[in-house]
Amino acid sequence: MMAQTQTQAQAQPAPVLEIREMTQRFGGLTAVNNFNVKLEKNQLTGLIGPNGAGKTTVFNLVSGFYQPSEGRIFVNGKPTAGLKPHKVTSLGVARTFQNIRLWNDMTVLDNIRVAQHYWLGYGFFHSVFRSKHYLRREAEIAAEAEELLEVFNLQRFAGELPKNLPYGIQRKLEIARALSTHPKLLLLDEPAAGLNSADIHELIRLIRWIHERFDVSIWMIEHHMDVVMELCSQIKVVDFGQTIAEGTPDEIRNHPAVITAYLGDDKI
Amino acid sequence: MKKYSLNMLLLLFAIGLLFAAHFRVIDSYIQIVVMTVGINIMMSTSLNLVNGNMGEFTCGHAAFMCVGAYVSSVLSVFCYGTKFGEPLLPAASVVIVFPVILLIGGAVAAVSSLLVSVPSFKTRDDYLAIISIAVNYMIISALENMDFIGGSRGFQGMKDTVWAMVDIFDGPWMMFWVINFTFFTVWLIRRFISSTYGKGVNAICQDEVAAEIMSVNTNKIKIINFMIAAGLAGCAGGLYAHIIGYVNPQSFNILKSTEAMVMVYLGGMGSLSGAIISAIIFTGLLEVLRSQAIVDGLLSPITFMFPDWEPSAGVIKWVLIPLLLVIVMQFRPEGIMGNRELSDVFPRLKKFYRFK
Repeated sequence: MMAQTQTQAQAQPAPVLEIREMTQRFGGLTAVNNFNVKLEKNQLTGLIGPNGAGKTTVFNLVSGFYQPSEGRIFVNGKPTAGLKPHKVTSLGVARTFQNIRLWNDMTVLDNIRVAQHYWLGYGFFHSVFRSKHYLRREAEIAAEAEELLEVFNLQRFAGELPKNLPYGIQRKLEIARALSTHPKLLLLDEPAAGLNSADIHELIRLIRWIHERFDVSIWMIEHHMDVVMELCSQIKVVDFGQTIAEGTPDEIRNHPAVITAYLGDDKI
Repeated sequence: MKKYSLNMLLLLFAIGLLFAAHFRVIDSYIQIVVMTVGINIMMSTSLNLVNGNMGEFTCGHAAFMCVGAYVSSVLSVFCYGTKFGEPLLPAASVVIVFPVILLIGGAVAAVSSLLVSVPSFKTRDDYLAIISIAVNYMIISALENMDFIGGSRGFQGMKDTVWAMVDIFDGPWMMFWVINFTFFTVWLIRRFISSTYGKGVNAICQDEVAAEIMSVNTNKIKIINFMIAAGLAGCAGGLYAHIIGYVNPQSFNILKSTEAMVMVYLGGMGSLSGAIISAIIFTGLLEVLRSQAIVDGLLSPITFMFPDWEPSAGVIKWVLIPLLLVIVMQFRPEGIMGNRELSDVFPRLKKFYRFK
């Protein structure tokens, strides 16, 4: 069995994310139960489910905030067990948060620059003595951050503080900051939360454009069904920590278990 | 040239101070006050790195000052004093070895900061404050029970080192070292905090979860930040010990830590220039209120009403200064500078200096 999976892994590139039989318990509560997923390169996947279904817990497990009670997680074929979140990020997983978490008292440019810690390549003494290596790295990082802001058309806000920007721009900046870590997998936790319908159309365009331009797999949690149905090629539905359905948008739309989970069943 | 004018001005000021001290233009009392200002700048800027820039709440900063003071005192007595037998080093080497002794004191203090920084991985705010007070008490009590360095009676003999320097050249040596180390402190903090690496400290302050997820190694940054702060406080302690010529564990108790905290909160959290300004104001106030005449003048309306009351300056000082803190917190809770630097308040100032 083991040998078989190894030969398979050699034959084709490892999936961007593979979760095998992951279970997470908080005391007596099983937040995620026997969760399995395999995300291929460049796939756009959705994760939906009613409130409290354990979606964000899955993201917290993947990004390394929690260590799963059981099961294993592989990012690009590498196990993430025991890794701190910043190490998982340097393996190529980036995420955004349900409630925007930018560094509000740092300029937009600095927000992007600080996210470059994973490949900073210098330490305390370089920063104090301003060595040649330090100056070169700082210049590279600043250039890259500016380029990213330009790509996202945010360069005119470079010197602003994020807290003074409109909500939609803050969302965009948070996604840009996540992308600045050069991820292979981007986890979006409810990117459309708190946006109005015009902003949501903008967001759909943005996510599709990111997916094409940055060569990245995207996995998103979303409550706005129109966003999920329009963007995702594969959708996974969870409820009470259990996976209840999996498939293309059309399959999910008419899946009896999904309808039951969201609307309840006939027996009242 | 214009870009460096403030730097030149500071250099000229420092040289002027040294000459004034050397030719006795300013007497030894003023000299002590100036040196205390320097030490307090070191204390407040280094504590500001933890309480202001990183947003952790620690109130045991004097513990690290204590470690630095004792380590460098013992070392300097070993090297140049006669208390533990013959001096280890020839007196001529003192000018080179003395800063090394101070730095070793700082390094040991930096290592001792692990007592606070390791718990800070999991705790924050009030809980970390309790830990830091506990560490302050631990270090003081440990030193009080070490009889070979005097215990609670205190430790002296460091003046031999200062005399050895005076034998080489009769000048204001301690003033020289205080000025150098003060500039060193500000230079080091400024460079650290303005690099992308050091901005991770601000990221931890503003959102630790986001910092960790955006690839900042928060535990490492915390350790390094605490080490820099404690190391600089240790250097300040070493200087303090050599100026006074006597150290006692109780002079680094919670009151000393509170002094450093008052300076940080007065100046504004996370503002380097605020910490410097408030250290100068605070030390100045302490000295001004020491004078009985000034205190009598300030309290004349009250003493007029209660002629039997004779306030003593030494006591009333500790009523007036905390009162000042109450007033500042009430009407300007962000401190003198807020979290802005002097150059943010006066943008034109940017043209006149360059601290790279």
